[in-house]
Amino acid sequence: MAKRVAIVGTGQTFHKSHRPDVNGQELINEAVRRALQDADLTMNDIDAIVIGNMDHFEGINYVDCWSVDGSGGVMKPILKITTGGTTGCTIAIGGYHIVASGYFDKVLVIGWEKNSESDTSGAITTAFDPVWDRLVFAGAISGLAVEAQAYMARYGATDKDGARVSVRDRKHALNNPHAQLRKEVNLEEVLASPMLADPIHLLDVCPRTDGACAVIMASEDYAEKISSTPDWILATANRHPYAYLGDADYGRLTSMRISSTELFKKGGIKEPRKEIDVIELYQPYSFAGLIWIEDMGIIGPGEGPQYVGDGNTDMGGELPINPSGGVISCNPIGATGLIRCAEAALQIMGKADQRQVPDAKIAVSTGFGGCWWTDMILHGKKKPNN
Amino acid sequence: MERAAIIGIGSTKIEGNKVRETFADMAWEATNKALADAGMTIDDIDNVVTTSNDFWDGRTISCMAVGDASGAADKNVSCVEGDGTYGAFYGLTRCLSGSYGTTLVTAHTKGSQSISSLITNAAFDPIYSRELGMDMITACALQANAYMHRTGTTPEQLALVSVKNHGNAMKNPLAHLPMNISVNDVLSSEMIADPLHKLDCSPVSDGCCAMIIANESRAAKYKQKPVWIKGVSFYADSFLLGDRDLSRARSLTAAAKKAYSMAGISDPKKEIDVAEIYDAFTYQELMWLEEMGLCGDSEAGKLLARGQFNVDGALPVNASGGLLSGHPVIAAGLIRMAEIVKQLRGDAGAYQVPKAKTGLAHGVNGLCGQSHCVWILDNEK
Amino acid sequence: MKDQFSGIEAMVNKSKIGVPYSWWAGDTASKFLISLRDDKKIIGMKCSQCSKVYIPPRKVCPTCFIDNTEWVEVSDEGTVISFTVARRQLASIPKKVPVIYAIIMLDGADTGILHFIDNIQPDAVKIGMRVKAVFADERKGRIRDIAYFKPL
Repeated sequence: MAKRVAIVGTGQTFHKSHRPDVNGQELINEAVRRALQDADLTMNDIDAIVIGNMDHFEGINYVDCWSVDGSGGVMKPILKITTGGTTGCTIAIGGYHIVASGYFDKVLVIGWEKNSESDTSGAITTAFDPVWDRLVFAGAISGLAVEAQAYMARYGATDKDGARVSVRDRKHALNNPHAQLRKEVNLEEVLASPMLADPIHLLDVCPRTDGACAVIMASEDYAEKISSTPDWILATANRHPYAYLGDADYGRLTSMRISSTELFKKGGIKEPRKEIDVIELYQPYSFAGLIWIEDMGIIGPGEGPQYVGDGNTDMGGELPINPSGGVISCNPIGATGLIRCAEAALQIMGKADQRQVPDAKIAVSTGFGGCWWTDMILHGKKKPNN
Repeated sequence: MERAAIIGIGSTKIEGNKVRETFADMAWEATNKALADAGMTIDDIDNVVTTSNDFWDGRTISCMAVGDASGAADKNVSCVEGDGTYGAFYGLTRCLSGSYGTTLVTAHTKGSQSISSLITNAAFDPIYSRELGMDMITACALQANAYMHRTGTTPEQLALVSVKNHGNAMKNPLAHLPMNISVNDVLSSEMIADPLHKLDCSPVSDGCCAMIIANESRAAKYKQKPVWIKGVSFYADSFLLGDRDLSRARSLTAAAKKAYSMAGISDPKKEIDVAEIYDAFTYQELMWLEEMGLCGDSEAGKLLARGQFNVDGALPVNASGGLLSGHPVIAAGLIRMAEIVKQLRGDAGAYQVPKAKTGLAHGVNGLCGQSHCVWILDNEK
Repeated sequence: MKDQFSGIEAMVNKSKIGVPYSWWAGDTASKFLISLRDDKKIIGMKCSQCSKVYIPPRKVCPTCFIDNTEWVEVSDEGTVISFTVARRQLASIPKKVPVIYAIIMLDGADTGILHFIDNIQPDAVKIGMRVKAVFADERKGRIRDIAYFKPL
């Protein structure tokens, strides 16, 4: 009999651009111990570990084996799940399935990255096909710029619309002590910042971060004993449709459209804009905050700029997005998707302190990466029916 | 845990250099073979788990290379980085979580595309060990010496594993290195790192394996009689080689114990009819057999010499030829599972173990067997 | 399906991926390496709960899962737990073979250290033999500030 699963504890490091005082597994250890403390559990209570990161960003092979001292994994079952930028979300999905299967009761999910140590562009380039795509791939940002250009051409959006998203997220980060970048920016500053790849300015994109995040999931047999306000996983869905850059539909995130349709159907959400209280969106650059919420079905095609510009996604607005400050304020890649999940959990659990959206009952967290891939989790306060 | 079964298997031939195939070509071949074996179409597959390793593939996000060729373009999909037995475990749980009824699991490596010594050297700690320049072979040679020192196992007994497995592979059309060799051939082959001669080591091969797992409600709906998953377990030991007693494999002992318990097995020596275990090096077959309780401590070498583990012996081990006869790294453990499925179905052709009902398949992750995954399969529910 | 490609040359794209790294050693490993470099002393950390002395040092005891706080100097002499002699010049080996690798349990430590053994005929190395660290003349704060272990 499949079990219902809830998040019962979370922990994060205080993410920084450089953490020279620790190596990777010591970084992981900080997040793990915070999560255990949050759930009032010890390592002995944990049945298994699901861990993920992007190997070429760490320069360590079999890194799940390497990190056991810090992850608490000595003589525990350890599973490594890795899917590129979406990793943080897919490890959470992995934790969900292995607990829901009934095989493990309490699982620790760990996502991390020490981006300060690696050549991010050098590493990400190796994701693409060596014969067809790699030699012309100009880094993640250029790929995203192609999407932004296509969207702007189709719907008449401008770089001001993109910048408005950055302004929102950087303001939200002021409420999040874990975020790396905690200084507001205004529209003019974003547009004046160096152009990286037209139309993306420096302040439109995410930083590189050293950070780790840990989430503890428990089956229904334990969840309510461990936490008085568990965050129930209502549904998961994902699509990794493309392997080649030329196959994607630039200007629309097709994988988001298909995944969200499936996610909401599975979770019984009929009107996402009304029923969802908060979204932690894996949004590596500002324009995604306009485009991908349309693909998620929150609003119609081309309506992003107006919806965001009117303040609907700000704190206090109709549907706050990225109360944590999002990816633009903090991006330890292997952790980033899991931080979205942890932040959504904090909202549902009522533990989001200064960044709490009042009375959050339904939340969505997403992952993005690879070749225009999307992963999604639906979180809820109310225990789902069997 | 609810019941689930393996209902389809498919594998490419294991070869030294598949120069005409990309990763995607191999995944396409294995997936189609598994679907045909199961009597299913790709639409019958509810979700996909691929298994690969970024370092071996020279690609970060190595799953990107095979996702669409594994039929995952419009399905829920994920990727495990580790031996295929771990990918299969995740695929199994996705069938039992209430979300999906069938999972396609694939695992691949093209060893020919990289310099294996550098790839496995990258598994060492960058601060404390890496620049000493060890790799999987020197590390396992260190372990072999520790094991032989503690148990009194001899180089001749190690060599016998190679003779047996390469010889078994003569009957396996998919094997990379079927060979008729003698103990003397092994002992006089080039010494790579004491005590491991060239013929004590597995090759690094190219290959891909695909497997279809279904939960109980779907398992009997297709062509094959299901092979039931009775027990599965995995554990990881400490990482730094100096933290471990290398002559022991306590993570394997723990995994085997739990798997046997799940399967209701109290006397594995008697109740396991056939085993496919992870013989990346000759000493490993002997050491893993002892550590998982399939024979007495320090006994494996002697029992091997008496024919206990031959195809016609009391407990046939690696009738397929094992890793020594073909080692597409990440796919290796999944192929062990597929070989047990063949045995339990009665489909192993020239290397069939008669009346095989309960089988054990085993996979390894990390240096010197840091992490082990044990599966118990049965052709009865 | 394969027939349509018969006679077509199989092309191979030879390339290299360049992903440069610098790993932060972290404060714990840094202290250990600085001690090798500046003092020619091998130091480990001791867990206040289980009393295990970790060489090389760990920030957190992996068993008790608490911060290690006590630094302990261990001997530069120890016992060979296991070893191998690399005979083939494998790509990862930085010196000319034969190269002797070993795990050495230093006196005072509860975990072994991986390193080279030298100044001995490879065939004379035995499990259980006693060895002593030989420090490099030029030391940079790396594990190879210990050049090798020699027989006692």
